[in-house]
Amino acid sequence: MSAADSTALAGRAPIDGGRLVSTLGLLAGVGLLIVFVAAPLATIFIKSLQDDLGAYVGLANFAKYFSSAGLIQSIFNSVEIALVVTVLACLLAFGYAYALTRTCMPGRTLFRAIAMIPILAPSLLSAIALIYLFGNQGMIKGLLFGNSIYGPIGIVLGITFYVFPHVLMIMVTALSTADARLYEAAEAMCTSRWRAFWTITVPGARYGLISAGFVVFTLTITDFGVPKVIGGNFNVLATDIYKQVVGQQSFSMGAVVGLILLFPAIISFSVDRIVRRKQVAQLSARAVPYVPVPNKIRDRAFLAFCSLVAVFLIGIIGTAVFASLVTYWPYNLTLSLVHYDFNAIDPNGWASFTNSLEMAAWTAVIGTSVIFLGAYFVEKSDGLPFARGLLHMLAMIPMAVPGLVLGLAYVFFFSNPLNPLSGFYGTMAILVLSTVVHFYTVSHLSFVTALKQVDREFEAVSASLKVPAYKTMWRVHVPICLPLIIDVAIYLFLNAMTTVSAAVFLYAPDTKLASIAVLNMDDVGDQAPAAAMAIMIVLTSVCVKLVQVVVTGSLLRRTSVWRRRDGH
Amino acid sequence: MNMAAKRPALAQSARLSPEPEAAESDVFLEIRDVCKRFGDFSALADISLTIERGSFVCFLGPSGCGKTTLLRSIAGLERQSSGRIVQDGRDISNLPPSQRDFGIVFQSYSLFPNLTVNANVGYGLVNQGLPKAEIATRVQELLELVHLPTSGRKYPAALSGGEQQRVALARALAMQPGLLLLDEPLSALDAKVRVDLRHEMKDLQRRLGVTTVMVTHDQEEALALADIVVVMSKGKIEQVGTPMEVYSRPQSAFVADFVGHMNLLRGRIGKDGSVRIGEQALSLDTAQVPDRTGEVLVSFRPEDVVFRGVEETAENRFLGYVESIDFLGSFSRARVRVDGFEGEAFDADLSANILRDFGISEGSTLPFSLPRDRLCVYPGDERTAGGRAQPVAEAGA
Repeated sequence: MSAADSTALAGRAPIDGGRLVSTLGLLAGVGLLIVFVAAPLATIFIKSLQDDLGAYVGLANFAKYFSSAGLIQSIFNSVEIALVVTVLACLLAFGYAYALTRTCMPGRTLFRAIAMIPILAPSLLSAIALIYLFGNQGMIKGLLFGNSIYGPIGIVLGITFYVFPHVLMIMVTALSTADARLYEAAEAMCTSRWRAFWTITVPGARYGLISAGFVVFTLTITDFGVPKVIGGNFNVLATDIYKQVVGQQSFSMGAVVGLILLFPAIISFSVDRIVRRKQVAQLSARAVPYVPVPNKIRDRAFLAFCSLVAVFLIGIIGTAVFASLVTYWPYNLTLSLVHYDFNAIDPNGWASFTNSLEMAAWTAVIGTSVIFLGAYFVEKSDGLPFARGLLHMLAMIPMAVPGLVLGLAYVFFFSNPLNPLSGFYGTMAILVLSTVVHFYTVSHLSFVTALKQVDREFEAVSASLKVPAYKTMWRVHVPICLPLIIDVAIYLFLNAMTTVSAAVFLYAPDTKLASIAVLNMDDVGDQAPAAAMAIMIVLTSVCVKLVQVVVTGSLLRRTSVWRRRDGH
Repeated sequence: MNMAAKRPALAQSARLSPEPEAAESDVFLEIRDVCKRFGDFSALADISLTIERGSFVCFLGPSGCGKTTLLRSIAGLERQSSGRIVQDGRDISNLPPSQRDFGIVFQSYSLFPNLTVNANVGYGLVNQGLPKAEIATRVQELLELVHLPTSGRKYPAALSGGEQQRVALARALAMQPGLLLLDEPLSALDAKVRVDLRHEMKDLQRRLGVTTVMVTHDQEEALALADIVVVMSKGKIEQVGTPMEVYSRPQSAFVADFVGHMNLLRGRIGKDGSVRIGEQALSLDTAQVPDRTGEVLVSFRPEDVVFRGVEETAENRFLGYVESIDFLGSFSRARVRVDGFEGEAFDADLSANILRDFGISEGSTLPFSLPRDRLCVYPGDERTAGGRAQPVAEAGA
């Protein structure tokens, strides 16, 4: 419509295509997150107050839960394991991160890469490998001095492997933000290194340490794969929820355990948010980055320490590879690919692997697009401040929700025949949706941060040039954010490949995933094929990572003409 | 677009000699009682202003005075809480930015980093669906206009700050807007580049005759560029006038203090109407003396302090003690104290000549005078008062 027309219509509110799109997008985003985040979670609360037939019973489920000695024991078990893992993983990761950021230890890039290995594997893999190492017929079982790996020891080791890269990344970030001037000042005042460590390094990294501690605690308490495989009779909350729902079909008790699991996650999430805000303010723009100077003794000591950790990490993966190739452990040690013949072992066979690929691909494509658009509308649309705030708030919720709880919530919400969306139940779509939601927050925050750095006047310029905002988003914001868009797509893909927790409640026979197949095959005693499938997942992840390195590298080379060096 | 058709094409207007002075009032933009509130905070309080077609208007004021909010309201980037804005006879108060008619340049350049200079300048034209050849010609014309004829294929990152801002200017002019809005366009640039670009912008504006509104906190910039300066403070307009009017006849202590360098000394008006600083009486033009008694601020500019040829009998003659001298290149600024001014000190500018001829140095004592027609009196005793909208000089007349 031309300007003259709009003058004639001055009485009516004029319609602006660009603004209409962003308003509709914003409302659509809010709608989607309400349906796929808020509503399912609400059903958990409702379910916990009902009996299995749907009648309101008040707090009876909770009373029943807390009167069962076995179930209460699970709480103690979970907390105990989580505390031990938190201390162990934080100590290891702190030392490792310190070596990477504050020493001149040789091979730091390689060590950094090795530390990321566990991210490429489902958490089940470490448990299976541990059984091969320390189980009843384990290769180095003697190292346990008669203790059984089936139980707390196995769970602690397995989960430590799985959470290590997550903790390490937080620690590295915390230790990277050092101001060299503080150390120079300390040295000028003849402060001992030891004292400088406790008065500068540790306080400087304290927010990272706190944040890491809570993250490990939550990851541990909500992890399902490791205790399921190696826990034996040692019950924890995460396995209880599975037993209640899948084993005993008691949805209301499952809901109660789900709510209990939600507690540590919400606390950890809140602490993390507060701590992150403080950490941002800590490093001033004037800080001079700390550059470590060589110190033979220190560097060698850290090399030895990091090598030990690396041996543990590689050892676990190596064991899994070995286990998948040995014909019949421990009796026939010839190597073969017999365990990779999934069609002969599992009714779903290779289909679960291709299902996983399909699911991960959809998750990457749909997730990246939806999350980017959501972040764009939160950050760049004008007007409707309430809707923008609401969308941002809803986007933060998934981080506080353990995968198991999310999966359970989806079961309650979508299996209800009264729900018009119940058609989703048992389809590939619900697996994709739950995975996108599960990993929404991290992706959302990355996009919001990146979009904040894009000039905030582009929308104004674009409007003055009569170009609708969505066109400018496509022509300017997307190209600027492309490296991050690729990062997020890969992040979603990898997590979709390895995740077990939400999917374990949501898969149907024809949509079984590779990670679930690992779980099922291990359950029926096919440990070698389970290891083989886990290795397939790792291989896929490695390939995807390599593709990412190549694609991002060539993209950055091609766009280096205009891409200013910033941030990274 | 019929909007564009009403105006001469860019090429034509570029060829025009300086826009003929519009003798009769030709209002292009009218702002009526515009208020903008953020919660309890009033960013704009009842702003009314008319801007003539083809003029260059500067909104001048300290940060937080509301000048940027007013500019953004004109663009539709902020929606005013109340009041109306009429542009070229069209009520645009409730139109979204995309349906208003303006080009805009920001302090941060806001060039699209992933697009070449050509693509940046032609960004809006491409969206209009014009033929490629036509766009290329127009873009080249615009780049020549801003003296960057050969930079079209470069990316913004390869250009200096000054060059980027020229590209932003070319982009803002590409759609032949009726109104050009400049939001602190020179503030991010180096001092030297800033002055060069300032001249070019003024020249360009004259040639194209496009009505221009610029926001700045730099009074020198405003005085050098604007046909009309709008001095703002605390969400209100303090004074509207030509640079000369605003500088030489500031209507409030705020304007006096903000525009140029001004000495503001605490004084009193006695019952008999005499003005004193401490125990020293001053003679002033009666029109300058407010019709009231009590605390006032006596103002004069450092360059208006006379040292040469001060007779014993000269009006407002005092003995000044030079406390310190700042050498500022072509002249020096002295901090001067006077016995009986109750500790009030002021600044006086001394040319290199005077400094030499009188042998003035720190610690010197010498006579000076304050010409009565250079003295101004404002009510209140707070130096950066500014709250007074009603100038006393007028109230007294």
